Amino acid sequence: MISAPDVVAFTREEELEDDLYREPPLPEEYSVPLFPFAGQGANPWAKVAGSKFTRDFILISEFSEQVGPQPLLTIPDDAKVSGTFDLNYFSLRIMSVDYQASFVGHPPGSAYPKLNFVEDSKVVLGDSKEGAFAYVHHLTLYDLEARGFVRPFCMAYISADEHKIMQQFQELSAEFSKASECLKTGNRKAFANELEKKLKDLDYTRTVLHNETEQQKKANDKGYYTTQAIEKANELASVEKSIIEHQDLLRQIRSYPYRKLKESEFHPYEPEGALDRADDQDPTASDPSEPGETHLYSHMPSYTPKLIKAKSAKCFDKKLKTLEELCDVYFFTQTLDQLHHIERTFRGDVCYLLTEQISRALLKQQSVTNFLFEDVSFLDEKPPEKQYRGCQGLSQEAIDEKCLEESLAPKVVISLGSYKSSVECVPIKMEQEMEDSEEPKMSESVMSEHQENLDYLDADIKGSISSGESIEVLRTEKSGSGLTKSESQASLPVMPSPQAGRSKVGSRRTVSEDSIEVLSTCPSESLIPEDFKASYPSAINEEPYADDDEGGLRFTPRLNPGVDDGQDDASKQESLVQVDAACCIGKESPNFLEALPEPGQRPCEEAGVVRIPPQPYRPAEQGLRGGFPCHDGLSAGLLPCELDSRYLTGSREVSKSSLDECSDSTSYISSAASTCSDRTPSPAHLGCAAGERHRKRAGQNALRFIRQYPFAHPAIYSLLSGRTLVVLGEDEPMVRKLVTALSIFVPNCGAYAKPVKHWVTAPLHLVDFQKWKLIGLQRAVSPGGVNVLHTLSRYSRYLSILDADSKTLRCPLYKGSVVARLADHRTQIKRGSTYYMHIQSILTQLCSKAFLFTFCHHLHLPISEREPEESVVNRRMNFLKLQLGLANEDIKIVQYLAELLKLHYIQEPGQGGNPLLRFDYVPSFLYKI
Amino acid sequence: MLRWLIGGGREPQGLAEKSSVQTIGEEQIQNPYTELLVLKGHQDIVRFLVQIDDCRFASAGDDGIIFLWNAQTGEKLYELHGHTHKITAIAPFSSSDVTEEKTDLIITASADRTVIVWDCTTGRQVQKVSCFHSTVKCLTVLQRLNVWLSGGSDLCVWNQKLDLLCKTSHLSDAGISALVELPKNCVAAAVGKELIIFRLSASNNESEGWNVLEVKRLVDHQDNISSLVSVNDLTFVTGSHVGELIVWDALDWTKQAFECNFWDSSVHPDVQPEIKLSQSPNETSVQHLTSDEECVFAAVGKGIYVYNLQMKRVIACQKTAHDSSVLHIEKLPNRQLISCSEDGSVRIWELREKQQLPAEPVPTGFFNMWGFGRTNKQANQAAKKMQENTPMYFLELIGDLIGHSSAVQMFLYFGELGLATCSADHLIILWKDGERESSLRSLTLFKKLAQNGDLQLK
Repeated sequence: MISAPDVVAFTREEELEDDLYREPPLPEEYSVPLFPFAGQGANPWAKVAGSKFTRDFILISEFSEQVGPQPLLTIPDDAKVSGTFDLNYFSLRIMSVDYQASFVGHPPGSAYPKLNFVEDSKVVLGDSKEGAFAYVHHLTLYDLEARGFVRPFCMAYISADEHKIMQQFQELSAEFSKASECLKTGNRKAFANELEKKLKDLDYTRTVLHNETEQQKKANDKGYYTTQAIEKANELASVEKSIIEHQDLLRQIRSYPYRKLKESEFHPYEPEGALDRADDQDPTASDPSEPGETHLYSHMPSYTPKLIKAKSAKCFDKKLKTLEELCDVYFFTQTLDQLHHIERTFRGDVCYLLTEQISRALLKQQSVTNFLFEDVSFLDEKPPEKQYRGCQGLSQEAIDEKCLEESLAPKVVISLGSYKSSVECVPIKMEQEMEDSEEPKMSESVMSEHQENLDYLDADIKGSISSGESIEVLRTEKSGSGLTKSESQASLPVMPSPQAGRSKVGSRRTVSEDSIEVLSTCPSESLIPEDFKASYPSAINEEPYADDDEGGLRFTPRLNPGVDDGQDDASKQESLVQVDAACCIGKESPNFLEALPEPGQRPCEEAGVVRIPPQPYRPAEQGLRGGFPCHDGLSAGLLPCELDSRYLTGSREVSKSSLDECSDSTSYISSAASTCSDRTPSPAHLGCAAGERHRKRAGQNALRFIRQYPFAHPAIYSLLSGRTLVVLGEDEPMVRKLVTALSIFVPNCGAYAKPVKHWVTAPLHLVDFQKWKLIGLQRAVSPGGVNVLHTLSRYSRYLSILDADSKTLRCPLYKGSVVARLADHRTQIKRGSTYYMHIQSILTQLCSKAFLFTFCHHLHLPISEREPEESVVNRRMNFLKLQLGLANEDIKIVQYLAELLKLHYIQEPGQGGNPLLRFDYVPSFLYKI
Repeated sequence: MLRWLIGGGREPQGLAEKSSVQTIGEEQIQNPYTELLVLKGHQDIVRFLVQIDDCRFASAGDDGIIFLWNAQTGEKLYELHGHTHKITAIAPFSSSDVTEEKTDLIITASADRTVIVWDCTTGRQVQKVSCFHSTVKCLTVLQRLNVWLSGGSDLCVWNQKLDLLCKTSHLSDAGISALVELPKNCVAAAVGKELIIFRLSASNNESEGWNVLEVKRLVDHQDNISSLVSVNDLTFVTGSHVGELIVWDALDWTKQAFECNFWDSSVHPDVQPEIKLSQSPNETSVQHLTSDEECVFAAVGKGIYVYNLQMKRVIACQKTAHDSSVLHIEKLPNRQLISCSEDGSVRIWELREKQQLPAEPVPTGFFNMWGFGRTNKQANQAAKKMQENTPMYFLELIGDLIGHSSAVQMFLYFGELGLATCSADHLIILWKDGERESSLRSLTLFKKLAQNGDLQLK
């Protein structure tokens, strides 16, 4: 006990705390509203806190002609997932916004029923009451028995995170389109089959009727027709008409070009095999007796036609086909697989998804260097690529136009990609009176209102079938001001800020790339919490709007001069763009836009915590850049134009720092999210869930390794400089763990698997060092074990040896600085995945240096012919030391990486190339703990 | 290092004490070979490497397959199948028809008693001879006469079209172990302990006929002659299993110098008598000889000896250059010497002048290597006196190449392309200068960039 006062202080701590509590509370205006869901885990990013379901899911619903909208199934098929969420209600909601899948049947002026090959419609829908936001994909399937031959279905991706839906719209749309195509393909086949059977039935019926008529004719020689005969004749005529109709339908369905499938590399079925399989599997084939039910997949020859009764069964008597019957078992399962895939792909926090997409996009660009440390195998797969280049094909005018639109359309869709298709700007009349209607009612009435509008619009839309990509944002906010506050907060990634409620800043108008319909039913301005408005004061200077009524029209974004450093002219231009009322659909309700957080507006220096989910990656497109009214270093650094070769020289520093930040912050967010809710499975992008897990584990192990072993640096240096590291130990799990930990530092030699061998028991050979750069080796006591050690000692010049049992390391000295940054044992990083990202960022820097070094012409070749080799060598070393700022052994790392790059580049695609073993004659040292 | 691995606390100096083999640390500044390529293909011991031209070489061994390799890229060019048994001899042969272009051929002899001529450009078998009564153990091409000789139990002379021109009578069952071309259309053949000189003479009756005549038998060796090498037009050297080295005059086939036990330290019984005990015949055998204009380099047992022809004495030696027998040595242009050994290592030596002060006592070891020839002791005495003025040399180990896990049978020095070594572990390793390879790769890279048009700004 050195100083008693300390102890006293400690013992009195509780009382002190009490004292603190007794202090007068802050005045109301200074107080910060508590995060309402703090109890559920203090994660302000958990936007789903208010929702009734635990994780994202996919819902398939049908607008049944018998019972109305009904949910069919969810993916994952788990009652827990949807929780208390009212699927029926939500089905009603999502089915009621479909406006395209209608009007099939007898068009006026056409004698025969006509099938409309309607494009799917894609709608974004929000329901803040339920805390649910959904991407809704409507499609229609054909059913001979259904009214108008169509059965409207929809698939919805339901998430509590609106941003995810909005930002991943393109991806979701692409993926769901695949699923929908799959369903529709199967459905077309099934429908055609059904038609054929029906035709046979009709044919048979006609023959029967014909015979009967003939018989009657024969039997009746009175010269006049009985009523029976007339009836029969009528029946015959109607059957014949029906045959023609059905033939026509069959022709229509058959003539449907399978172009979609051809375009989209998605071949969900093998025409022959699939059909066979379906035939075999068809569970309904065992029930042939039920009248009116034709069987989809019974073999054609064995089909016995049935007599069709003149009077069809009543609509409500018949049993509607299930979805599975409607499309074919094979296609149905394919679709389910695809939907499961979607669910896996998009689960988790949106930040994670975005980071994933950004890094994926960036990696794709680094076609020369990406093989070194990244798993590039997934790049070969077809990623759900955003159609970024949508605008590039357009003329300058078009781009300008787009810019205009962008700057005018609301911010909600800020991060959606630019769409290829021309999206129609649908003027939707919104009823101002809705303002004062009652809430729960209102939303529905508005919905129906919309429905009418949409119906009214339908004609136009149907006219152009290619209008597939119109997007709607439907939002029914409750506008009770008290509630709204908390609700909108819940869905916002905003930290309550001390300035809350200070100033009445005007509506910030933001920009989107496309005209996307935003249908809103939240009329009241009070919706926007004041504190939120004020929470980005530094990002944008807003003009306080003079009049509330006009507020929505006054979209003059102005950049804060302090913030716009990273921006170019394009973003300034947009501040000049004036408003066009025609484009802002949300005219009467500018404010709901505010409820959406504006990502990327807040500089994220403080405390290393970033409040902004990363923006989706976008290409360098001057016109489109206007779409980002303000992004700080974070997104500026990520802009890809700076990431090609010029990026490396130009804004290396910027991008470096921002990459670092980005990766760190993202992991922070995701980790935070995962702490608060068990239901955040990491997004498994394109099925690389295993890789994800592996990364996490490897990162964790690596973190442990660098904390545990003081000689982690030379070990990592060995790996980075291409010297094979042998982890020697008796205990296999321990060795494997170490190898896993270290494997993330091993550069790849080609686009194949990492040169890592987790466990070897046989003596090593020289060839092994060529193949593997990290080897786990068994230390055995047997005579064979001695042999193993003999080879180790023999080849010691090619090896660094980490003895896991005695905790020693024998390897060359390392005095550089790169590894120190890479593996700081005092790092504050706690999570494996975070650390993995940290490593990735530093390794990426190394890669870029290696890239520069490799591809600078004069570093390797003389400028003039007479230039001696020495001066080139000098230049090379100077470049490494001065330009790249490398010291000592770091040079060797970059040289080794450069060598790998060269080999990779000059390697002919066909041949594997001989594996080289490069080595140095450098002394090794023995490190002990 | 091994001890550290095994876990013993002792320092590794024990190893150094045990063997007197000079070792070099891991730091080898002068060793240029910092990159290697492993060439796999053979399924048995690879015994022969032969250079075809500037960038190609052939390898052959006990699996009877001949591989042609690109020495720069390590690419396998051809795989020649034809022999059913192990290869016993291989020789390159460039045909020089007046009408045709120069084609590179190789002749291979095998234990299946056949000789095959291969075309290196097409990888095809040109011709096959299978009329031998015994295995051909050596092949020599007399480029000047456009004939080649095969040595087995008899000596056959062939022309380029593989017509048998003439042959000797049966010489011995053991057969000819080595052949070397001498001036004046003569060849020296080592048959057991004997050295037989044959002369080729054009026969009178036919235009293209040759006769082979035995001219002289030299029986100076006490044991089987293990190596035979021609130094220049005037001299050739033979070495035997018991370590005799004889320098012959190539014109009149007289002995110029004779060294019989220059490795033998037992001449001075006071110095390390135990070495004598450990000496087995294998350790004194002259495994391989090579020479430049001045010196003959002999691989004797585990050691390397440099014999100066002018001074007629060993000027430098490394008595235990390797842990095991040295199988092949070669002199490089830059005063360097490469040796490979059964211990699986290849070592690079440099012949350096020893800066020795006259006052300094001559180390005993140096005396040991002194050649005390029987021929002229007086001359040797004179040489010993001379020794004070003449520079003395020693072999400095400047690098070793460790890669093979078994005996390195042979190597082929390709100048700046590197070094190819073949071994009993079925592998061939191409050792390369990493710096040079790196810059070559850069060159290729920029060529490819230019080809792809990636250099243009887009």
